[in-house]
Amino acid sequence: MRETPLSNCERQFLLKAIEEKKRLDGRQTYDYRNIKITFGTDYGCCVVDVGKTRVLAQVSCELVAPKDNRPTEGIMFINLELSPMASPAFESGRQSELHVTLNRLLERCLRNSKCLDTESLCVVSGEKVWKIRIDVHVLNHDGNIMDAASIAAITALCHFRRPDVGIQGEEVTIYTPEERDLIPLSIYHMPVSVSFSFFQQGTFLLVDPCEREERVMDGLLVIAMNKHREICSIQSSGGIMLLKEQVLRCNKIASVKVCEITELINKALENDRKVKKEGGKFGFAESMAKERITALKSEIAPVEMIDIEEKAEDIICRTGAPCDTVPSPVVRAPGTGQVGEGLQNAWGLDEVEEEEEEEDDIEQGGPEKQPESETITSKKGDVVVISDSEEEEVVILHQGVEVKDFREEMSSGQKQATSASKKKKKKRKLAH
Amino acid sequence: MPWKNAHVFSPSTFYVDRVCYTKILPQETPGNCIMRVPLDNKADKVICGPGLRRNGDEVLVCKSGILRHKPPNLYWIDSIQKRYVPAKGESVIGIVTVKSGDVFKVDVGGSEQASLSYLAFEGATKRNRPNVQVGDLVYAQFTIANKDMEPELVCIDSCGRANGMGVFGADGLLFKVSLGLVRRLLAPQSDIVKDLEKTFPFEMVVGMNGRVWVRARTAQQTLIVANLLESCENMTTQQRQALFRRVADRVT
Repeated sequence: MRETPLSNCERQFLLKAIEEKKRLDGRQTYDYRNIKITFGTDYGCCVVDVGKTRVLAQVSCELVAPKDNRPTEGIMFINLELSPMASPAFESGRQSELHVTLNRLLERCLRNSKCLDTESLCVVSGEKVWKIRIDVHVLNHDGNIMDAASIAAITALCHFRRPDVGIQGEEVTIYTPEERDLIPLSIYHMPVSVSFSFFQQGTFLLVDPCEREERVMDGLLVIAMNKHREICSIQSSGGIMLLKEQVLRCNKIASVKVCEITELINKALENDRKVKKEGGKFGFAESMAKERITALKSEIAPVEMIDIEEKAEDIICRTGAPCDTVPSPVVRAPGTGQVGEGLQNAWGLDEVEEEEEEEDDIEQGGPEKQPESETITSKKGDVVVISDSEEEEVVILHQGVEVKDFREEMSSGQKQATSASKKKKKKRKLAH
Repeated sequence: MPWKNAHVFSPSTFYVDRVCYTKILPQETPGNCIMRVPLDNKADKVICGPGLRRNGDEVLVCKSGILRHKPPNLYWIDSIQKRYVPAKGESVIGIVTVKSGDVFKVDVGGSEQASLSYLAFEGATKRNRPNVQVGDLVYAQFTIANKDMEPELVCIDSCGRANGMGVFGADGLLFKVSLGLVRRLLAPQSDIVKDLEKTFPFEMVVGMNGRVWVRARTAQQTLIVANLLESCENMTTQQRQALFRRVADRVT
């Protein structure tokens, strides 16, 4: 399945709208879309929605031998998957450039920032350590996968609980959840990434670009930060030249956004903890909308309509009254019609007249034939299938009676269909 | 009630044991989903539209949706769908992707790209080629569209006139809606279009493949119209009219 190409008019419109500081869904330049965090029944499973972009993260652990050069540290493995489910632009199998970029960014954001205490994952030094594996799957791509993925990954890490381990001499016992409670991981801080897209040669920026804005942007700046205003990673792509002030401004915006997002994550974790303790229902079945027709409805986006009034009044004063009368179509023969100006077809005049005569013949011949065909078909009980198979016989206009029985009915049906569609087009033109 | 032998299906009629306009789900047992049609004397054949299939003496439902009836003899299932399947005679908005030699390849949202010959424009000859670039929007009609062949588009009607088709679209916004909404917009006395006309003047091109192009005086108004259309997908008539009235009040 191929991706829908971006047409020229969409691109021009988007750039023009962005110049006027208008976004497609009515957001302001520094606004994020609605972020929703839901957890599954297992520990370490969470789904994050940023607008329509949806990302699922799952954390799992297993005991393995540590790396040779780091015998006392656990291992953290991060993997992001882009499947064709997310967007027709993603192909399964081959690793595209976007896939590699996102994986690298996520790794730098989580691993290099040392948000997870790997020393605490050591069980037996040099022999057994915990390997924490974070799998992030993109379920729907509507722009800004990076932010959604980073939120999902860190939330899943905070939500995850690993089994408790007991060491007696040489023996290592892993306790089941029934024997001993699961232990949360030791997380130092929560890095969250914020994406900025640049337009007009780096002069104008938007936070949290949606998919169409991503397609027309000049460049992208991704800043990963935690709520203590420590930068974990910063990356600029697209080859645009950024000024120092712009980068500093983006830092300020990012710190504000990261605080808000971290608060949201903590609230979601707290809610989930409370529900689990009280024994209430939790998991995706409760938090996902039920299978009603409005299950996939997105919330109302507030559209800014200031300044509309003056402009609209101008327009209304200037436009003339719409014309009420409608030129009626000229009907040349029953079942056909002609719409639009220039009703006289100047070229091939003789051919057109001939055709009309033939059509007239058929139409007159038609009703007479009907009683005959009625009796024939009621005996045979055949079905007239109006199919679009290309294997129909050619309609012969000047033939004897028997051949034409069913073909006539079909051809008159088709003529009615085409004239109906012409009338539809005419009505559409009027609506403009 | 006297049953007339259906002209199309005979010797027996086909049965329905529920009223029209209720939802019918496919894959019910044949005993449940056969339709009985009260035929008045005028109709001597019954036409099964999209969503209905004849199977021997029975008519089976193959899509879930609402059963609609247009007197005297037309029945079909009105289903909600977003994926477009090309059908002959339908007018769609396509995006030109490849320009190679004599033929343009156009993306219409189906499983295959359709081909559009450069001679299928009004006034086009071998010397006088139409001015179509990659990425342009075209409004065209299908001449060939079945499951066995690559679909073909033309931008002229059978008389050789453009009739509104061709390249268009500088300055407007293209967006996608479901096929059901598109059919509602194209209905002859569409409520949605009438309500929308009262807000402010704009131009609109509606393709049967779910693509809609809108242009208003300013970018802001274009965005408003686009968002309004996308949102009236699942609204009842009252909600929609209330929303449009709110927008119109803010405007005037």
